[in-house]
Amino acid sequence: MNIVTLEHATLRIGGRTVLSDVSFDIKAGEFIGVLGPNGAGKTTLMRAILGLLSPSDGNVKVFGRTPERGNPAIGYLPQLRTVLPDLRVRGRDFIASSLNGERWGVPAFTRHDRGMIEKTLDAVGARDLAARPLSDMSGGERQRLLLAQALIGAPKLLLLDEPLISLDARHQEVAIDVVRKVCREQKITVLFSAHELNQLLGTLDRVLYLGNGQAVLGTIGEVVTAPVLSRLYGTDIQVVRADGHIFVMSRGLDVERADHLHDHHHDHDHGHGHGQHHH
Amino acid sequence: MIIIMITTTATATANIITDMFAYEFMTNAFIAAGIVAVVSGLVGYFLVMRGQTFAGHALSHIGFAGATGAGLIGLAPLWGLLAFTLAAGITMGALSERISNRDVAIGVVLALALGFGLLFLHYHTSFATQATALLFGNVLAVDHTMIATLAVLGAITLAALAVIMRPLIFASLQPELAEAKGVSLRFVSTAFLAIVALAVSECAQIVGVLLVFTLMVGPPAAAQRMTTSLWGGLFVSAALALAEAWLGLTMAFYTDWPVSFCIAVLSALAYFATLPTRGVRHTHATG
Repeated sequence: MNIVTLEHATLRIGGRTVLSDVSFDIKAGEFIGVLGPNGAGKTTLMRAILGLLSPSDGNVKVFGRTPERGNPAIGYLPQLRTVLPDLRVRGRDFIASSLNGERWGVPAFTRHDRGMIEKTLDAVGARDLAARPLSDMSGGERQRLLLAQALIGAPKLLLLDEPLISLDARHQEVAIDVVRKVCREQKITVLFSAHELNQLLGTLDRVLYLGNGQAVLGTIGEVVTAPVLSRLYGTDIQVVRADGHIFVMSRGLDVERADHLHDHHHDHDHGHGHGQHHH
Repeated sequence: MIIIMITTTATATANIITDMFAYEFMTNAFIAAGIVAVVSGLVGYFLVMRGQTFAGHALSHIGFAGATGAGLIGLAPLWGLLAFTLAAGITMGALSERISNRDVAIGVVLALALGFGLLFLHYHTSFATQATALLFGNVLAVDHTMIATLAVLGAITLAALAVIMRPLIFASLQPELAEAKGVSLRFVSTAFLAIVALAVSECAQIVGVLLVFTLMVGPPAAAQRMTTSLWGGLFVSAALALAEAWLGLTMAFYTDWPVSFCIAVLSALAYFATLPTRGVRHTHATG
């Protein structure tokens, strides 16, 4: 069964075409690494899958239907994460706010809801964060908490937009392991966007590479090749395989690493909670 | 010996209370301040959580122009206050969910509003009395009609808050995710600022437009330092506001100092008492 399908879909934001005439199928239970240069449309694609953006041409289907806002079967970890600088709310209440958070009325949680929250906190090893206020957490700790939140409510499809940003190397591995484990066990389909391909090599089933308005979905052997990536980056790309790693180079520069460093800088700003930064 | 001391203390306390409530204006003041304190503590909790305290402050200043304007056309100040704060709150929310955080724009508008308030006051016959009552509150002059009005307004404010509470918390804590889940950030923001406008109008009746911070920001800010639980924070915030209002009234009764001053002092004391003792907070650690 196809979980996400794009048929000749064109996605535009404010007159700018981000993805043009893109088609692919993502099957149930697949772990898809979403890669590509900054501005290639990773976030835009996720917003289309969430039903926040309609294609200006073609079709986007999720679970075989046109996506609608607020589908509880989709867990989402947004890239732009506004955290108020002085938020004295503890981790547990923070992530609980997302549970049926769109409904009117006073928040009330059943025993089942509470159990579910505790279970997901345990699953990502974030129990220690449950009682601490957000204002005292590091960027990495917030990230772990948000990962737990994306898993609440047993979603069938998980959209993780740059979940590794602001995590140190150890926590990046932990985060990938957690996502892999939970998704394999519960047969969840995952779209995991990242800057670095290598960390995901052992985990992803297929890779969705975006760039230059296009998207290519396939195995690493099919997609991560000099001709395909040169087309997506719009420049001459070499792919160097060494010691189980893959390096995507442009004129001798590692393009992924350069992007990654750039983004770290942005995230540092976020950590100070200004919340008005747009990538 | 101890028993005698306790008895004397108890009698003294009883005397203090009976002394105060021998006056009808004190009873009225306690009821009115009680209603307003609970509403302010609860609404203010979300104001502080959303980082919109300055917007709340601006609303009260805009209300000042409304209150003095209402006086000019022969209406009670409360209705002018309500009309102006509601209109301003809804406009702020509708223009953009981000404008409520734009300090400069808000600052300019609130200064302009105060200016207009002054102009309207200029045509009042009892300039000084009116100005003082509006700016610094006049809880001792509250009558039964005002209590009934405050009770109805308070009930409406809290009912509206209860209706939008869940999406409000979600949209305040995680706007991007809330939007993805189908929450209209603009609607929630607008509805909330309208609720703040109601609360500000009520609060200004007790402590005046210049001192709404004492009940709407002081108690919730202190509460958020005391507990990180959402429900616990709401409860502590309302309880603190109530305690500060009533203690302030008691203090004013025995010292003859202005009520609003007493409440302002208690509010500031409670806030500073909950600040962390070490000067530097170690947030922003790297991930």
